[in-house]
Amino acid sequence: MISIDAKKQIDAWILKYPKDRQSSAVMQALKIVQAENKNRLSADTIQAVADYLDMPGIAVQEVATFYENYNHKKVGKHVIRFCHNISCMLNGADDLILHLENKLGVKTGEVTPDGLISAKKVECLGACVGAPMFQINDEYFENLTADKIDQIVDNLK
Amino acid sequence: MNEVCFKNLTKDQCWSLKTYEASGGYSVWRKILKGELTPEHIIDELKASGLRGRGGAGFPTGLKWSFMPRHSDGQKYVVCNSDEGEPGTCKDRDILRFNPHAVIEGMAIGGFVMNASVGYNYIRGEFMEPFKRFEGALKEAYEAGLLGQNINNSAINFDLYTHLGAGAYICGEETALLESIEGKKGQPRFKPPFPANVGLFGKPTTINNTESFASVPEIISRGGQWFADIGVENSGGCKLFSVSGHVKSPANFEVPMGIAFKDLLEMAGGIRDGAKLKAVIPGGSSTPVLTADVAMAMTMDYDGIERAGSMLGAGSVIIMDESTCMVEVLTRLAHFYYDESCGQCTPCREGTGWLYRVLKRITDGNGREGDIELLLGVQDKIMGNTICALGDAAAMPVESFLRCFREEFEYYIEHGKSMVKG
Repeated sequence: MISIDAKKQIDAWILKYPKDRQSSAVMQALKIVQAENKNRLSADTIQAVADYLDMPGIAVQEVATFYENYNHKKVGKHVIRFCHNISCMLNGADDLILHLENKLGVKTGEVTPDGLISAKKVECLGACVGAPMFQINDEYFENLTADKIDQIVDNLK
Repeated sequence: MNEVCFKNLTKDQCWSLKTYEASGGYSVWRKILKGELTPEHIIDELKASGLRGRGGAGFPTGLKWSFMPRHSDGQKYVVCNSDEGEPGTCKDRDILRFNPHAVIEGMAIGGFVMNASVGYNYIRGEFMEPFKRFEGALKEAYEAGLLGQNINNSAINFDLYTHLGAGAYICGEETALLESIEGKKGQPRFKPPFPANVGLFGKPTTINNTESFASVPEIISRGGQWFADIGVENSGGCKLFSVSGHVKSPANFEVPMGIAFKDLLEMAGGIRDGAKLKAVIPGGSSTPVLTADVAMAMTMDYDGIERAGSMLGAGSVIIMDESTCMVEVLTRLAHFYYDESCGQCTPCREGTGWLYRVLKRITDGNGREGDIELLLGVQDKIMGNTICALGDAAAMPVESFLRCFREEFEYYIEHGKSMVKG
């Protein structure tokens, strides 16, 4: 359920915390496991993390459902997280989100039929002086325009 | 401008150890390692500098550090709060990207002063570029023998680690952040006990903002009085202001405390497209909104912004021009707090939902007579009735938006459409 490579990555996080405090690594463990399971968590993967960190399943479930970065439904290979908070809103984010939805042919919260892309409206990503902006996977894209969005999306493979 | 956290901003590879050391970086830490500085001296300099917590609360840093029981037995911790996420705030991201070594040195100094041999920097989960920069800087610092055990045979130990968040605004609240490092839901703790007594893993802990830590090395190096003199009374030094919204050149500016708001606005290129200023949120989305005339007469320091009727917060200045519909802006902010409430306290969990749903029905054109009074009643019931400040943060904008722009809300309710946008 958890690959050897993922276990290695999790082990590196466990080393950062005091002995017997391996549960501190749970947030990263969930991210690592999510990344190798099509970007989403299931009841089984959550339990596998719990077993690996010697935590009660419910404790891991609580973390997995409290934080926003974990996906429990199907998402695309690339996840576009579009900030729609105030500074982005003042800079036209709402219109650009509509533009993106038209471009993808699906609404935010849905996945393109080929499974490549899903988009989501998210709260402030802390890049307000680069508004409007979105995040794709680990990368930020700032000062977006309709043309720029088209280019970025066309390059996703 | 740009004298402390941003002092190397324009230099090549400004985030590298080489650039940092070339401009005097780690000189304070090296003095500490040689036994040339005492914790008492550093606390005195910090107190003299007037540095106040840059995360939003504005608590004097020197005083905070003096609260730690440094002579008590057992492990103690310093924690850096890089969980930046208050709408309008984006300064810590740039500090981590462009001056990570200042954060490391500031945390190491804090560790020495408070006798804490381990530090954690909590970086929000989305900040992968800043995270990688910071990790790169940590690696450089370890390889240069600046961190670790018995550093340079000084008998001083300091190990520093990064903890990554996973998307929760509430983790910027210091006790929620500690819960999060312990691998739990980020729900704030009751205080007391305060973290200085019972903090991370139950041990004495001091949490400071990224900008606060990054300011420390320069303050100790050049003296508390030097820093204090940059600013004004009660607001020592300089501060990063994130200016966003309807300005020509949005950016982060590190400027002396006490600068006139209108000068800061000018640095950001002024209002774009020749429009007129309508409203300003001066310190991040939780701080009360101000009208243009009040803002234009305001100075950017703790007391100056308080006199104007708001708060300096994290220095997150959101500029709105005359085309802005204040009802729609408040609805968006209400959605934010509704989304981010951790659910622990009933007034916040339920109240933020009420605020959002009532505002949403107004912007949907279905507002009812009495909705303004309902909003005011709900925010009043949240204020002061929750464990942490998120409840107050959700309530304060509501009161101020309704006080400053009440006619726009009345119009929206009566006509089912925006007074500004039609």
